[in-house]
Amino acid sequence: MSELRVLSPTAILGYGFPLSSFQAGLERDPHVIAVDAGSTDPGPYYLGAGKSFTQRAPVKRDLHYLVKAALERGIPLIIGTAGGSGAKPHVDWTLEIIKEILQELGVRAKLAVIYSDVDRELLLRELRRGRIQPLGPVGPLTEEEILASSHIVAQMGLEPIMEALEAGAQIIVAGRAYDPTVFAALPVLKGYDLALALHMGKILECAAIAASPGSGSDCLFGYLQEDAFILEALSPERTCTKLSVAAHTLYEKSNPYELPGPGGTLDLRETRFAELPGGKVKVSGTRFRPTEKYYLKLEGARQVGYRTISIAGVRDPIMISQIDDIIAAVKERVADNFRDLRDYQLHVHCYGKNGVMGSLEPQIEPAHELGLVMEAVAPTQEVADTICSFFRSTLLHYGYPGRKSTAGNLAFPYSPSDTSTGAVYRFNIYHLLEVDDPKGLFPLEIREE
Amino acid sequence: MRYVKDAASVIRSKNAGPYELTFDLMFPDAETYEQVRHSITKEKIAALYKIDVSQVLSIIHFAPAHAVKITIVRPRASGDLGETDVYGAQQHAPLLELTY
Repeated sequence: MSELRVLSPTAILGYGFPLSSFQAGLERDPHVIAVDAGSTDPGPYYLGAGKSFTQRAPVKRDLHYLVKAALERGIPLIIGTAGGSGAKPHVDWTLEIIKEILQELGVRAKLAVIYSDVDRELLLRELRRGRIQPLGPVGPLTEEEILASSHIVAQMGLEPIMEALEAGAQIIVAGRAYDPTVFAALPVLKGYDLALALHMGKILECAAIAASPGSGSDCLFGYLQEDAFILEALSPERTCTKLSVAAHTLYEKSNPYELPGPGGTLDLRETRFAELPGGKVKVSGTRFRPTEKYYLKLEGARQVGYRTISIAGVRDPIMISQIDDIIAAVKERVADNFRDLRDYQLHVHCYGKNGVMGSLEPQIEPAHELGLVMEAVAPTQEVADTICSFFRSTLLHYGYPGRKSTAGNLAFPYSPSDTSTGAVYRFNIYHLLEVDDPKGLFPLEIREE
Repeated sequence: MRYVKDAASVIRSKNAGPYELTFDLMFPDAETYEQVRHSITKEKIAALYKIDVSQVLSIIHFAPAHAVKITIVRPRASGDLGETDVYGAQQHAPLLELTY
């Protein structure tokens, strides 16, 4: 066992990478190219609606270079959490783009497709058997939420991806996958240390974000050895430092010493970071503690209605001094006017006061001008349009105490003033499912394209 | 009494999953980290954000990055009705008022 080399081109498929960095990565003769395409960060809409938060053109641009390089070199290309959320529409969207690229290149490839959607009936059964528990500060799962979800995915571990590699797949398109798995599957299959492979994957999944200066649109290279791994930035502008790599361990997680995932937890208490010449960092000492039972993370989103928004500014100091009371009074007027429409939500984001932090905002004094984003969410787009429009027109002419500016209370940047933004979703499943077989929920399909 | 913002090299916030909000305070060297880290308490964080102490889930000291990590319960799940910051990336400003 000498060394296994992994090229991570970009933090999220579609975020791009400089071709010079990618070329430098290929010159280091990687055994696998792997890329994470997903995140829950952009919020529940994308999982709920089955849409990607990245655009097709930049995703195709990245994939073009990745597919071409992997096929030319005869090394696997592994894509995790395809399409951003990893549900069937996201995986199929990614597959369509890959098919198009293969046709354009005039080549064929052996594709592995691993869907991660979870059957509702199966979840209902497992819920009744007591095999589903909340993950973090979330309530218990209910049958109603399972049935109301538009998409439910489970986050796969290494096993389904290793199976696809064993089947000889050249390109693997995985649904929702634990971020490090796409980088760690080949090393683990070849007998490298599980903890080091996963920890290296945990850093590579964000590509050059772990370098200094950090970037989500540049490559990072990993060298996995028997008892350590080494990270190298591929752009001459960046280096990996002890601090940049260690600091990255904190990113987007609550505890840097314990990183839980499918089948167990990475333990970083004994991890050591050391700088090597040439801007590289060596990491060793990480441990993996398997859990007694194997748990998969479930993610789901459900539709809660349709949204309409209106944007306006307020500059009048008398109005600004009473803004909370005025908004409350206008909300009451709306409720009074539409007594039969109870099933809507009306919310005003008040920028210049607490628009960014809401209830967490400690600052009391508002700014000299406010930006209002008026928002109505209702069961139909028509009702959302109606409520938003009525609130906006009522607020425009509302006669608050001490008002001197009697021609209108709002400054609109746009005509039309209101915008229907479509379906609204919320996360409704963030739970752990106990499984007997890590591969059971993730059937492997091999396709020649 | 000095401001943590003058000692720290990084003060940031971000979602840690859709239900938690996590803050990282990083210091330029081990010495500064040692000077400041014990003065950051759950009570101070709760007071700054006007939340109950029970909503401050953890404060973890991470020596390899000279960092203190604070995690609180998100006011609502990311993207729920009433959301103000889907990524949670602009919730750090009150930490600029921390002193040690």
